[in-house]
Amino acid sequence: MEAQDAHAHDQHAHPTPALYLKVALVLFVLTAMEVLAFEAGRGGLGASLRPVFEPIVVLLLVVLSAAKFALVAMFYMHLKQDPRLLANLFVFPLLIAAVIIAALIVLFSYWRAVGAH
Amino acid sequence: MATSVLDHAPAVHAEKTGIWSWITTVDHKRIGILYGTTAFIFFLMGGIEALIMRIQLMKPDNTLVSAELFNSLFTMHGTTMIFLGVMPLSAMFFNYFIPLHIGARDVAFPRLNAFSYWVFLLGGLFINFSFLLNAAPNAGWFGYANLTENTYSPGLNTDFWVLGLQILGIASMAAAINFFVTIVNLRAPGMKMLRMPMFVWMSFITQILLLLAFPVITVALVFLMMDRHFGSHFFLPEGGGDPVLWQHLFWIFGHPEVYILILPAFGIVSEVLPVFSRKPLFGYTAMVFSGAFIAFLGFGVWSHHMFATGMGPFADSFFAISTMLIAVPTGVKIFNWLGTLWGGSLQFKTPLYFAIGMVAMFIIGGLSGVMHASPPADLQQTDTYFVVAHFHYVLFGGSIFGLTAGAYYWFPKMFGRMLHEGLGKLHFWLMLIGFNLTFFPMHFLGLNGMPRRVYTYPAELNLEFWNRIQTWGSLLLGLSFLIFIYNILKTMRRPADAPADPWRGATLEWAIPSPPQEFNFGEVPPVHSSTPVWDLRRASGGQLPEPRRVSGAGIHLPRPSIWPAVTAVGVLGVIGSILFTHAFSHWYFITLSGAAILFYGVYRWAFEPPFPEH
Amino acid sequence: MSHAIPAPHALSEGSQHDSHPTTTGIPSRKVALWTLIGSECLFFASLISTYLVYKGKSLVGPLPHTESQCMLHGKMQTCEHIFEIPLVTTGTAVLLFSSFFIVLALYGAQRGKRKMLVGWLAATVLAGMFFVGMQVYEFQHFYHKGMGYGTNLFSSTFFTLTGFHGSHVTVGVIWLATLLVLAIKGKIPPQKALNLEIAALYWHFVDVVWIVIFPTVYLMR
Repeated sequence: MEAQDAHAHDQHAHPTPALYLKVALVLFVLTAMEVLAFEAGRGGLGASLRPVFEPIVVLLLVVLSAAKFALVAMFYMHLKQDPRLLANLFVFPLLIAAVIIAALIVLFSYWRAVGAH
Repeated sequence: MATSVLDHAPAVHAEKTGIWSWITTVDHKRIGILYGTTAFIFFLMGGIEALIMRIQLMKPDNTLVSAELFNSLFTMHGTTMIFLGVMPLSAMFFNYFIPLHIGARDVAFPRLNAFSYWVFLLGGLFINFSFLLNAAPNAGWFGYANLTENTYSPGLNTDFWVLGLQILGIASMAAAINFFVTIVNLRAPGMKMLRMPMFVWMSFITQILLLLAFPVITVALVFLMMDRHFGSHFFLPEGGGDPVLWQHLFWIFGHPEVYILILPAFGIVSEVLPVFSRKPLFGYTAMVFSGAFIAFLGFGVWSHHMFATGMGPFADSFFAISTMLIAVPTGVKIFNWLGTLWGGSLQFKTPLYFAIGMVAMFIIGGLSGVMHASPPADLQQTDTYFVVAHFHYVLFGGSIFGLTAGAYYWFPKMFGRMLHEGLGKLHFWLMLIGFNLTFFPMHFLGLNGMPRRVYTYPAELNLEFWNRIQTWGSLLLGLSFLIFIYNILKTMRRPADAPADPWRGATLEWAIPSPPQEFNFGEVPPVHSSTPVWDLRRASGGQLPEPRRVSGAGIHLPRPSIWPAVTAVGVLGVIGSILFTHAFSHWYFITLSGAAILFYGVYRWAFEPPFPEH
Repeated sequence: MSHAIPAPHALSEGSQHDSHPTTTGIPSRKVALWTLIGSECLFFASLISTYLVYKGKSLVGPLPHTESQCMLHGKMQTCEHIFEIPLVTTGTAVLLFSSFFIVLALYGAQRGKRKMLVGWLAATVLAGMFFVGMQVYEFQHFYHKGMGYGTNLFSSTFFTLTGFHGSHVTVGVIWLATLLVLAIKGKIPPQKALNLEIAALYWHFVDVVWIVIFPTVYLMR
């Protein structure tokens, strides 16, 4: 980890307002898709779509929100251009957080192994 | 021989004296001393709490203290020793030595550093203030719900505990960010990560654990506070809540917390053993990675504290295996310490005694820990004195012995005087014997069924014999600390004439005068390995000249500031105000006043230039 | 000691000084903020975990997406689902766009374009205030429909999770408003753009947390 010239690093791949606007529009569209998935899953877009979407709503939401998360992190928070250390400072705790969320869901779910209370 | 030669120019940075200079200090060395002194006093309080318990337990059906008071004693003993003892004692060394070890002038955020100390002090005073109201926390240092809910803990006791820990948590979080950034960003040229002293590495990993673990207990404490004051049912079955959720959230914090307690001591031992063996640390890289692995794995074992809650065989097995696995990197460390000593030219001075004592005692504690890892075995051991034995072996035998080694090792650097060797060794032997007399028999008592947290026991259970021995042992322990205190007081009366490098140390702190000048280094020695001062010594033919005190002209240091202390008072006001929700209906005026002080302190801090104009 | 090196300065940031060299080349305040963000991930993870663990376990209503039995005016009555997705979706969109606004403000700050900085920063502050306003309105609406903080597990976990998020947004609004005042006074030249960059990172983080909360709480039945 020797000193880097962060300023020069910046200038190599500098995003423009136009790029930022594109990201904003994609974020908006992804959000709309999330709401549409929700609506489809509960039958708000017609009874025929409901059985298609209901089982996959959670998966769709996870994928869509992950995409939004990544876009904001990489472009708005500049992680794409910034030194890798900063991305690691974000990703590592996120992994631990994900493990804890998953573990607690498993530990409190109804399909625990037989023998639990 | 110490020769303090001042240059002709007068010292630009004459150390200020007087209480205001201490209240406004942002110097990491002074903050370290503040932490250490405060923590030591709290530690003694925790020790007295323990001694009272031990005297009460000396004989069956004893009536020295009531059951209620006993509950407060074990709760406050645990809470004090962990949060007001071991953690801030470690913080003393983080503060004093991390900047020196990496060749920096101070930490990354000196005012934030001061803020951490003031919040710690106020938090410690807050939680102990409860004694004056006869409302000391009394539901165990781990506050299991729903014992800690209103039905079973109606008074202010648990509120003091919950709010006190929240306040202390802020201090720890702020300090963790500070030291993390300092270690990442303020290393001298040549000080690559894999050349840092092992103490810095273990401290670095500790800061990461703090940053990841404390938010979880913060949430748990918020939920408990909401249950107690604002009508929720997070842990109340009558509202659909599950008390076991508290245990999960608490131990997701609590297990990393025990690594937070031990890793700095591991780091200290990794400093002391090489110096007093005149040999480099065996397996530096393995030590780094095993420390990191312990920390990472430490997030995957928490439910081994919950084997008796009926999680089911899958969960039990998972956590049993992960717990057993964590013994492996710990074992690596033990063997590497032995490898460091092996073949070394051992210098039998007090720091070495305590460091070896730490390794030996920790092994014993680790063995009982591995026994706990088996859920069926743990079902017998849990909630008995067997567990009390285990964690005292690792926490006292591990952390306290390690910190004491650090105290003897670094005292000359911090205070410019050598502690008396004879008294040091006496302290060691009394402490070792007293400690083992106190805690080893607890293994027997535990397996014979003596539960934890009981204020007495009937004579028919035949528990008196070992209890009596334990009490005598604890008094011997107390005596050993009196000797330590006497040694310190006696030494502080001597002139400050210790050399810069009394032990032939390897790391950068030994290259500057004892105690260091305010700006630490005039010039940082070159760093080409993890033992820069040994390298210097080798390069100058085995002899290191005594460093001169220089004028420090041209070095600008951050200016002292009152705003960290003011902001700390604001924090106390905001959090402490929750104590009053039942007392009067407009309690939130206290919150608002605290918030006003907090905001004012933050704004003045933010707009104050950190350096004096030059 | 022919290779002795002048010691580094204590602080590696400081708007009043040329930035001091740091080992990583990244200003310390920026590393500090990312460290804080990492830690906050665990904070919100604990809140989200609890929300998910208690999802579907409330003993009484109101419930987010379905009809239920609620205790209203002293007796149990049927009450309808309590979420109003269009309102929250609007707030979500506004918060998302506020991240866009602040990126433009920072772009202006870094290039000395004061009008760009002030304009887009003001837009960000307004967007943040709109979001908080939306949440306050939502909370009040729920309260009037009989959902207090301790009414059931859903209410407690919902209000705690979104309440903490909202208070983080509020802190952000205050922070950004302070910077806006400074920007208007011309006190954020390009050399001090780091001050805004740090605040912007915090702001994006707050947005990112909502990106997780919105589907988890509002769009998962």
